[in-house]
Amino acid sequence: MSNIEGLLKQHGTPEKEVYLDWENGSVVDKEVYAEMRPFYLERTFGNPAITHHMGWETLDFYMKAKTKIAKPLNIDPQALALTHSFSESNNLAIKGIAKLNKKRKKIIVSEAEHLSVIHTAKSMFSDQYKVEIIPVSNDGTMNLDILQERIDNDTLLVSLQAINHEIGTIQPVKEALEIVKDKDDSILFHTDATSAFGRIPLDYGKVEVDLATINSNRILGPKGVAGLYIKDGIKIKSIYEGQLSLEILSPDVENPALLAGFAKAVEIQFNRFDEIKNHTQNLRDKLLYGLQTSIERTEINGPLGERRAPDNVNISYLGCEGEALTVECSMNGIYVSSGSACTSRILMPSHILTAIGRKPEEAHGSLLMKINRLNTEEQIEYVLERMPKIIKRIRSITGGIEL
Amino acid sequence: MSSRIPLPYAPRVLELFQNPQNLGRMEDATVYAAAGSPACGDMIAFYLKLDEPNAIIIKSSFESYGCASNIAAASQLTIMIENKSLEEAWKITWSDVSEALGGLPSVKTHCGSLAVGALRRAIRTYYKEKELKLPNWLPEELSKDEKHALEEEALAEKLAKKYKLLEKRD
Repeated sequence: MSNIEGLLKQHGTPEKEVYLDWENGSVVDKEVYAEMRPFYLERTFGNPAITHHMGWETLDFYMKAKTKIAKPLNIDPQALALTHSFSESNNLAIKGIAKLNKKRKKIIVSEAEHLSVIHTAKSMFSDQYKVEIIPVSNDGTMNLDILQERIDNDTLLVSLQAINHEIGTIQPVKEALEIVKDKDDSILFHTDATSAFGRIPLDYGKVEVDLATINSNRILGPKGVAGLYIKDGIKIKSIYEGQLSLEILSPDVENPALLAGFAKAVEIQFNRFDEIKNHTQNLRDKLLYGLQTSIERTEINGPLGERRAPDNVNISYLGCEGEALTVECSMNGIYVSSGSACTSRILMPSHILTAIGRKPEEAHGSLLMKINRLNTEEQIEYVLERMPKIIKRIRSITGGIEL
Repeated sequence: MSSRIPLPYAPRVLELFQNPQNLGRMEDATVYAAAGSPACGDMIAFYLKLDEPNAIIIKSSFESYGCASNIAAASQLTIMIENKSLEEAWKITWSDVSEALGGLPSVKTHCGSLAVGALRRAIRTYYKEKELKLPNWLPEELSKDEKHALEEEALAEKLAKKYKLLEKRD
């Protein structure tokens, strides 16, 4: 028996399981799977870039599927490039723009961006780019005054996420866009809408960002497919080379099954938009305030009220180390993640919790729970019933150690 | 979330995490020491009760602010030193602890190291507090695991300083 098999055996399967780690991986909706299945087993698997019936059949499907995804964003379907992941989309947005740029040498991102934005921006140092990281307030909102100060005629691109993936801050994208475009209409604006797509209304016909990252898996579509909206007229180049294909910015053999799943997930999410929003928001409030009132020494991370994402619950439990908490939660069948240093490769706490001014011991004790439309009220009640005991046990191990 | 690493804990780590042996503060401890810092998310307190004339550890206990492997490493070490002489306890290394746990993931070896660092600090503290002559087996210079604990604490101080800068900015 391998160590991991032994670990699973020692852990055992909890009687009741509640999955709240939607940030780090999602199941595919049943209807989405049903939509995808024939694309693997039956028809429309041909390459849309080839001149035969099967190819044209796929090409026809591609146009229709993209139209479905583009509709809720109010964008031209032709302006939507498909990629393999939101990380690829974010990389493409920054590197693909920089590749064709000769003059401007500054890239600006917020301090709370996903690492696929921050690290990509910083990787441009080697190409003589200057990278400005704009600080955020203690609820995670980008500081617009500092943005205003830092943008200039040397700025190529500004990137600001629509919703923070970890603490749920809805960012002032519209206001930031206005500041940027008022200063210089040629500065490009990218928004990473990975955590926002399907959660809050996004109308890029009105809020005219130049580039936007969207994702399939966060709305119960398949993994392995995402999108990058590129406004008409923006010059961008692929960041890796491949064969001639329909998706010239992500050159590969197209996978119609993934696109079918993505399109179906979008359709479901937006057909039921209000219902899903109300459901997740109600459960979010029940969980967020329930935990805060039943457990002492807690700090909610991120904003409260209208500026918090409808699905985000992020709380620091003082006197607890987060990795131990995730394991103890797991023993109770509750699957969550933490911003603790112990869960990271570099043994540093989450850069977002540090950015909002959390002390290390507050960041280490944080747990991220996300509410999905598949979660039920009964599941949330189970979590509320168990969490005080979980926290109590981990605090008993910390004992009298003074933090 | 930040960049992650898979942590395939050995079953023994989970077992001790579920049922930690020798957990908790010891009121009648002969000596106590702590290592690590909350800033690093990693802290262990070690308590020893000694049969003083014979320099034997009668019992030991720990408290841990840390991850599952930190808790397991500290607990494992308390089991390993029961009824051992201080000399025998001193000679236990982090790799002994890691081995007893079925191997710690490489990024977590410092957890084993921190537990050993805390124990050695406790042993050193004992000789210092009682103003006893250092035995031959106890080197004047800090051992590797004690140095590791110091390094973590220094890193924590750095983090704390960085944090204060952030406070000023706001």
